[in-house]
Amino acid sequence: MTDTTYSATEMMTIAAARALKNDDVCFVGIGAPSVACNLARLTHAPQITLIYESGTLGTRPDVLPLSIGDPELCHTALCTVSVPEMFAYWLQGGRISVGFLGGAQIDRWANINSTVIGDYMRPKVRLPGAGGAPEIASACGQIFVIMRQGRRSFVPKVDFITSFGHGEGGDHRQRLGIGTRGPTLVATDLCVMRPDALTKELTVTSLHPGISGDQVVEATGWPIRFAEGVEETPPPTPTELDVLRDLQARTARAHGTATEHDAGG
Amino acid sequence: MPAFLSLSQAIEENVPDGASVALEGFTHLIPFAAGHEIIRQRKRGLTLIRMTPDLIYDQMIGMGCARKLIFSWGGNPGVGSLHRLRDAVERGWPEPLELEEHSHAAMAAAWAAGAAGLPCAILRGYLGSDLVGRNPNIRTITCPFTAERLAAVPALRPDVGIVHAQRADTAGNVLVEGIIGVQKEVVLASKRAIVTVEQIVDDLHVPGPNAVVLPSWSISAVVEEPHGAYPSYADGYYGRDNAFYTAWDGIARDRDTFLSWMREHVLDAVLA
Repeated sequence: MTDTTYSATEMMTIAAARALKNDDVCFVGIGAPSVACNLARLTHAPQITLIYESGTLGTRPDVLPLSIGDPELCHTALCTVSVPEMFAYWLQGGRISVGFLGGAQIDRWANINSTVIGDYMRPKVRLPGAGGAPEIASACGQIFVIMRQGRRSFVPKVDFITSFGHGEGGDHRQRLGIGTRGPTLVATDLCVMRPDALTKELTVTSLHPGISGDQVVEATGWPIRFAEGVEETPPPTPTELDVLRDLQARTARAHGTATEHDAGG
Repeated sequence: MPAFLSLSQAIEENVPDGASVALEGFTHLIPFAAGHEIIRQRKRGLTLIRMTPDLIYDQMIGMGCARKLIFSWGGNPGVGSLHRLRDAVERGWPEPLELEEHSHAAMAAAWAAGAAGLPCAILRGYLGSDLVGRNPNIRTITCPFTAERLAAVPALRPDVGIVHAQRADTAGNVLVEGIIGVQKEVVLASKRAIVTVEQIVDDLHVPGPNAVVLPSWSISAVVEEPHGAYPSYADGYYGRDNAFYTAWDGIARDRDTFLSWMREHVLDAVLA
């Protein structure tokens, strides 16, 4: 019998997973994005193509990889290509429909920072850096973001734009010659946001069950706007919870760790 | 034909102080044993090049081998920070570290350009990213045919490239299998290339005509070094020690804990 009480992180992962479609070709970031993408594959999107930047195309891992290049990814992939080929032919070549990213900071225009907190030359916190993200953000058809929400991470303006979202809003992407849609969805532990059609400002479109608008306002570093007719996110189904928990239990056993579902990277 | 050397000879003869050195391997086949030998030989002032610095550069930076780092993602994958890298950047310990920071797409392209003998790589990259203003080696170029503005970065041409692989034959040809990352590009782009292997065999048993084989004449030195990629992995030989990658977070967080770990497991480790 499934325990249908669920954590905020589970709700976030499930809300993110639901955005993926069976015919998507998805470039997967490690950590929270990887959990959501594999949950989608193991539930409603069994034919989804998952791609990791280590060169694994069409991979179907039984347990979540800890790193972007775990052997599991290679052994369960349709094929494995070199990293230069991955980025040049598959990503830059425009063959990927969705990029799934996390980050340390995001702003009201969905620009993402994974480089530094504070000044670049004298950083308060030196974060891992760009990895594949800047070109994932510009070359994939659209971008989904998954991040836990709070005032330190949802800021009015990011300290550093690692990956360009909607810049300063409006048609900023087009003005830079970027033809792709950029961030179209941000799933957090409180809500789902989408950019406004015209201004591109992130706007709450659905609140997770039991979460109030005030809670979202409190956890956002700018005066967050709500779409007209904000919906309630459908709660996790027993199947979604079962599959997610099985996946994470298998993964923890395989890595010899107690839990490891929320590491960044 | 490459020289067949011991690890200590290979490092001694190929890695002088101040050299630019790349120890590559995208999560897979990271030449840890070679990095440890560089630490034991107390090399200094190196420019370290690697897309994902990983634990091996965390260790080399923490032990004072590096002056500069050229990289594109500096974390402990799936775990968190590289604490020695952060300590060097945030507090200059054990010494300040100059950063040249890229994206993966640009660095992968720079390796391919290096292998191709070109001066630079071009890509449709860094659009709208603040890295452009921070790294003077990220520039723009105009396509002479379409007038599209593209990013350009210098090709990577290190003094020494070091990679790990599964097998070499007695003539020095090397077979690489699994996640191949930039292994081929590093060997071809570097002025001198050292390959450490799990095993030297009479016959490589190349599995098919499209296998990744590095011909003997593209390599300077081959070193037989079983488990030379541990705690990363060598597909077909041993798996990635994910528990160690997780444990490294606690070891590396504190300077003294780090130093005593390095003393016990690297500096005082007797080579087999």
